[in-house]
Amino acid sequence: MRIYLDHNATTPVRPEVADAMDVVQRSLFGNASSVHEEGAAAKAECDRARARVASLLRVEPADVLFTGGATEANNTALLGLLAQRTEGPGHLVTTNVEHPSVDAPLEWLERAGWCVTRVPVDAEGRVEEDAVVAAITPETALVSVIWANNETGVLQPVEAIAAAVRDHGVPFHSDATQAVGKVSVDLSSVPVDLLSLSAHKLNGPKGVGCLIARGGIAFEPILLGGPQERRRRGGTENVAGIAGLGVACELAEHELPERSSRYRALRDRLWEGLQAKVPGIRRNGSAVFVLPNSLNVEFEGAAGEILLQALDLEGIAVSSGAACASGTIEPSQVLLAMGRSPEAARGSLRMSVGYGVDEVQIDQLLAVLPDLVERARRASTV
Amino acid sequence: MSERTVVAMSGGVDSSVAAALLVEQGHEAIGITMSLAGDGSRCCSIADADDARRVASGLGMRHFIANYGDSFRRVVQEVFADEYLAGRTPIPCVTCNTKFKFEYLIERARVFGASCVASGHYARIDDDPETGLKRLRTAADVSKDQTYFLFELKQEQLSAVLFPLGSMVKSEVRAHARRFGLETADKAESQEICFVPDGDYAAVVERIRPDALPGEGDVVDANGTVLGRHAGIHHFTVGQRRGLGLSTSKPVYVSSIDAENNRVVVGESRDLDATVACVQRVSWVAGGSPDRSIRARVKIRHGDPGVAAALYVCEDDSVRVEFDEPVRAVTPGQAAVFYDGDIVLGGGWIAGRIA
Repeated sequence: MRIYLDHNATTPVRPEVADAMDVVQRSLFGNASSVHEEGAAAKAECDRARARVASLLRVEPADVLFTGGATEANNTALLGLLAQRTEGPGHLVTTNVEHPSVDAPLEWLERAGWCVTRVPVDAEGRVEEDAVVAAITPETALVSVIWANNETGVLQPVEAIAAAVRDHGVPFHSDATQAVGKVSVDLSSVPVDLLSLSAHKLNGPKGVGCLIARGGIAFEPILLGGPQERRRRGGTENVAGIAGLGVACELAEHELPERSSRYRALRDRLWEGLQAKVPGIRRNGSAVFVLPNSLNVEFEGAAGEILLQALDLEGIAVSSGAACASGTIEPSQVLLAMGRSPEAARGSLRMSVGYGVDEVQIDQLLAVLPDLVERARRASTV
Repeated sequence: MSERTVVAMSGGVDSSVAAALLVEQGHEAIGITMSLAGDGSRCCSIADADDARRVASGLGMRHFIANYGDSFRRVVQEVFADEYLAGRTPIPCVTCNTKFKFEYLIERARVFGASCVASGHYARIDDDPETGLKRLRTAADVSKDQTYFLFELKQEQLSAVLFPLGSMVKSEVRAHARRFGLETADKAESQEICFVPDGDYAAVVERIRPDALPGEGDVVDANGTVLGRHAGIHHFTVGQRRGLGLSTSKPVYVSSIDAENNRVVVGESRDLDATVACVQRVSWVAGGSPDRSIRARVKIRHGDPGVAAALYVCEDDSVRVEFDEPVRAVTPGQAAVFYDGDIVLGGGWIAGRIA
C-alpha cells in the first residue's frame, strides 16, 4: 500500500465527491445556460455548489465565480481587476513567497509598466503586517498576499493585513488555495475583496476552482466568450467539476475543526518522531503560524531529490522543492526567500498529511526514513 | 524478490534496449535520466527525458531525473574550457562516465537499495579467471566499442556496472528495439560532445569562461617565424587544417599549441608524425600498475584501431609510450588507452609528444 504524504500537491478525491460528480456526468448533461429542463437542472446543480462554497467561506453565493482552478482565479484577480483600470500602469504590493500563478501575472504586469513591491518574508517565512501596509502608495491598485504557502505551509497574517489594507481603501486579494479546507477561512470577519481557491487541494476534482469577488468589485473577464458566470467568465460550465467542488466544500465545512486537529496530531507525531530518530534536521518556517497538515524539514547534508526518490521506491510519496518542466528539481525559491542557502533548500523535504493518512503510515515513514537519510548523506553529490 | 537495478537512460535506443533486456531478465529496473548540461545540449534535454520516461513507463519501470547540473558544470564543463585555454583538446565524456554515470549514479543506486547501474554502453565486463578481478573488454561490435571513454573505471565500479549490450552488434540492438516496440528504435544517434551540439567548441569555451579568454595571438612555424594571426588558441586542435587563414604553397596543419606564449605552431603534414608520447594520470583498470614495461596496443583517439607500442611505467603515474610505427597528431588532452587484445589494461591523458 502506498503512503501518500503530498497533500499540498494534490489530494485524493473523496468518495462523496466522486459520487456526486458521477451523477452529474451520467445524468445531468445539460448546458447550464440552456432554457430547457436539462439546462435548468445543470444550472440548479451549479447554484447548489455555489451555495456550498459560499457557506464554507461565509460569503454571498453571488460572490462565487467558478473558474478552471486556482491559476485561472489568480490570473483573473490580478489581470482582470487591473485591465479595467483607466489611469495606466500603477503599483502593486505582494510578498516574495507567492505561488507562480500569482508571480507570473505580476511579472507580466511589470513588463507592461507596472511597479511591483515584493515585501520580503522573515526567516520564519512570514511578512510583517506593517511592512505590507508601509509599501502602499497612492498609486497602489491592489495588495495580494498568499494565505498559506504551498511549500512551507506558513500562514501569513492575512486577517490583520486585510483590515489594514481596507483602511487605505485599496482592494485586497489572497491566494487561499492551500488554506481552504485545512484551516478556517471565514470571510465574514476578514475584509478580503478577492480570494482564490482550487477544488483539488481539498479532496475535490482537478480543473475547477473559484474566485471569490466580493462587494461587486469590478473586473474584466480574462476568458472572453459567452455570458456565463454573470459575464465574468466565458465558457460552458464544468458542471460535474463544480458539483464536486461544492461537495468538497460542504465536507470541509462539516469536518473542519476535527479535520484540522487530526491533521495537526499526525503532523506533530511525524515531527516529534523525526526529531527523536534523525540527527541533523531543521524545520523550515514557523512552527506556530503554519497549516496543521504541513511539515517542511531540512535534512542537513542529504539531497532532497535523492531522499524523495528513495522514499518513493519505499512506497512513500513526499515532495522536494518545486518540480520544473523536465522533472528536475530546483532549489525552492520560497526557502531561499527565507534566507536558507541553496544547499539547505536542496536538502529539504515537504511532507503534508491529509485524507486517508493515519498513525500507522506516519510510523512506517519514521521506520524507514532514518536509514535512508543516513545512506543519502553518504551519496549526496548534486 | 527480484534484483533492483538502476538503468542510466538517455532516451536513446541503446539505453532503452538495455533497460528492456533487464526487465525481461526479471530485474526490478529503475530508469534514471541524468540532467547534466541542461537544455540547449543534445543530451539531457526535456525532450530526451520525456523519451526516457515514456520508454520506462511502457516497460512498467519507475523513472526519475537525477539533477547533477551544478556538479557537471564544475567538474566537466569548466574543466573542458580550461583545457582548451591551456592549449589541449579535452574529452569530457571520460569524466562524465567515470564520475557521473558510474560514481554518482552508483551512489544513488545504493541509496535506492540497488547494487548495480546498467547502461547502454558498448563494452563488456567479465571476471579474470586467474586473478578473480573484473576485466573491462571491448564490445563485440568493434565499430561501436566505447571502452576508450571508460578506461578510468576502477575495479569497485566495474563490479557494480552492467553493460547489457556489450556482446551485441548494433543490428541486434535495433532488432531488440523493434521486438520491444521501443518508440526510439529509429532515432538518430548522438556522436558529438553532448553540450557542444553544433560542433562549435570555441563558442562553448567562450560561454563558460568569458573572462579567461586569451585573445589574439601569432601563428608561427617551427622556427618561430610569424606566419599570421589567430583569434584565440581555443579555436585550434593539433592536426587541424581549417581556419588558419594562411596562404602557403603546401598544406599546413596545427602541430602544437603554445598556450604560454599564446601561439599556434604550424607545420607540414609530416611534422604531425610522432613515435613517442608522454601519458599522465594513468589508471590501470585491471588492478595495479605493471612493474616496469609492457607491450600494448595503444589508441590515441576514439575510433582509432590503435598501434602496437612499448609502455615504460614511470614513478609519478605517468607512462612513456613508444609506438612501433609513427602515429599522427598526438593531441595533448586526449586519452591514450592501452589494450591487450580486447582487454583494457588502463589509460591516461596525453601530456604532449616527445620529439
